Amino acid sequence: MNWFTRRLRRLAPQLAALAIILGVISLVAPGFLTVSVQNGRLYGSLIDILVRAAPVALLTVGMTLVIATRGIDLSIGAVIAICGAVAATLISDGYPLPVVIAVSLGVGIACGLWNGVLVAVLDIQPIIATLILMVAGRGIAQLITEGVILTFNDDTFSALGSGALAGIPIPIYLWVGTALAIGLLIRRTALGFLIEATGINRRAASLAGVRARFLLFSAYAISGLCAAIAGMIVTADIRGADANNAGLWLELDAILAVVVGGTSLNGGRFSITASLIGALIIQSINTGILVSGFPPEFNLIIKAGIIIVVLTLQSPAIATVFGFIKATRRGDKLNHGAKEATR
Amino acid sequence: MIHARNLPFVTTLAIFVIAYGLCVLQFPNMLSTRVIGNLLTDNAFLGIAAVGMTFVILSGGIDLSVGSVIAFTSVFVAVMIGSFGVHPLTAFLAALVISTLFGCLMGAMIRYLLIPPFVVTLAGMFLARGAAYLVSTQSVPITHEFIDTMLGFYIRFPGGGRLTLLAMVMLIVFAVGIIVASRTRFGANVYAIGGNIQSAELMGVPVGATTIRIYALSGFLSGLAGIVYTLYTSSGYSLATVGVELDAIAAVVIGGTLLTGGVGLIAGTFIGILLQGLIQTYIVFDGTLSSWWTKIVIGILLFVFIVLQRTIIWYSDRRLAVRQLKEV
Repeated sequence: MNWFTRRLRRLAPQLAALAIILGVISLVAPGFLTVSVQNGRLYGSLIDILVRAAPVALLTVGMTLVIATRGIDLSIGAVIAICGAVAATLISDGYPLPVVIAVSLGVGIACGLWNGVLVAVLDIQPIIATLILMVAGRGIAQLITEGVILTFNDDTFSALGSGALAGIPIPIYLWVGTALAIGLLIRRTALGFLIEATGINRRAASLAGVRARFLLFSAYAISGLCAAIAGMIVTADIRGADANNAGLWLELDAILAVVVGGTSLNGGRFSITASLIGALIIQSINTGILVSGFPPEFNLIIKAGIIIVVLTLQSPAIATVFGFIKATRRGDKLNHGAKEATR
Repeated sequence: MIHARNLPFVTTLAIFVIAYGLCVLQFPNMLSTRVIGNLLTDNAFLGIAAVGMTFVILSGGIDLSVGSVIAFTSVFVAVMIGSFGVHPLTAFLAALVISTLFGCLMGAMIRYLLIPPFVVTLAGMFLARGAAYLVSTQSVPITHEFIDTMLGFYIRFPGGGRLTLLAMVMLIVFAVGIIVASRTRFGANVYAIGGNIQSAELMGVPVGATTIRIYALSGFLSGLAGIVYTLYTSSGYSLATVGVELDAIAAVVIGGTLLTGGVGLIAGTFIGILLQGLIQTYIVFDGTLSSWWTKIVIGILLFVFIVLQRTIIWYSDRRLAVRQLKEV
């Protein structure tokens, strides 16, 4: 029970923000909260949020780990494009599904390892190291698709993006499953603890015997792997690989999700669950603006406004101010109590 | 003997000269003043934005809002002139004031709310792009006598090349940027903050005011770049210049500025811009290569330069250590 309340306290701001946003949308757009079953699968705006959040949620899982090591991964949007291009090319060449999935995941991990080499071995600042692949990645994806939007017709593969299993759309299984698997792997072993140590002070962690280099490698590899899964979902969803637009700016959404989730960009303590709620918040804003009938021009500006408010409320400066107010109040009470006592 | 700190700049310069030489060997026409004039005009807006980015990166920050601010300025100016019939100069002035204030605001958030620059300017990027959509979602063409005279103004090179007004603006911005960075108190403060913010604060550098000024400068130059872009395309479009901030950052890094801040030259950024323009020109001349090769080559160049910088830092650290050992 103690563990549960502590978890709840950590997640409270994010859950409250999500609840407020969902509440506001359901006031503006009646029927937003209804979930119905049609043709044996769940339908409704809430389900839509969970499905559409899949790519960002997947990226968020990897990004949380990378940010916890005091890094950042700008390349995942481009990795989505590369893996999507690889998957679409293999599918249209008639390779069997397991081969396609395995190769795409392998390419994603390879991209992550490349970033890992730059960050962990060559000691390059993560933001620049991953910028290289961010700039070059879309060019590479264009090289694979030979400059066209590669479409394909394969029902089993496109089920990854639009299919449903037992009434629940498959993308939801994919992101929840991946998050659970990685979360359990990280939190049920000492890995998460060691990643936090590396993020807080890499030198100190190394001196204490933590294999920081290996952890950095695995964080970036996991990030690449998550991007590969997201890339396959995006590609399967539109039944084609668009090297220019697949996953465009999704890395920024993922970083925002992590920041909204309360993990510091300076590394250290992290919570994958909070980041995932952050991803759901961002997707709820996107879907909410659509269903509440605002003109689409307002989309970005509302999103920016909400994000700025959330960031300001979470900023270290505001935390200091709140801490100060709390301390003075407590001080007042103490003084008051002391006065009462002397009287 | 070249100072180790300036080695990245010298390397960039050497690579540019060699690359240009190789291009000329293959296509002798690339030496013509026409090509050089076009190269300057085509990259004028990117160059102006990159000067602001250099200051931001020198101070150890980053500005992701550049592309969106350019788009906002261009669509704002176009609507002001096209739909409301405002005189271009008034529209330019209003756009510059807005973009500078926008930069100030981001600088203040970074300084006083202690949110990392990356996140603040990311939110700024969404906000500016959203504001551009609000102004207009269509491509707004502009025609005005004054703008025609501005575009008609150029200096003719021998050989038919033209140094257009847009290219001149970029060259002036670079010249002023070089002077500000190397000869003024503000420039010294920027380097000091980028080197070590705590030392700078203890030495009495006004960190707050300087930070706000840096982002205001970047906002102002993004606004100026937006105006140049509007003149260049004779229209304003809110979906234009997506990802220009990445090109600007790439130019700054290729130009030898350290992304950790504190080390770099504005002149290096100029070479970085020319190098990117050269790649594009080569692809146009070749005709068989697709434009996405630009991205891959820029990625490779980034990689080469970053590894080079690492090696230089490692080497100079080691030399320093050896010297200290000898003294002991």
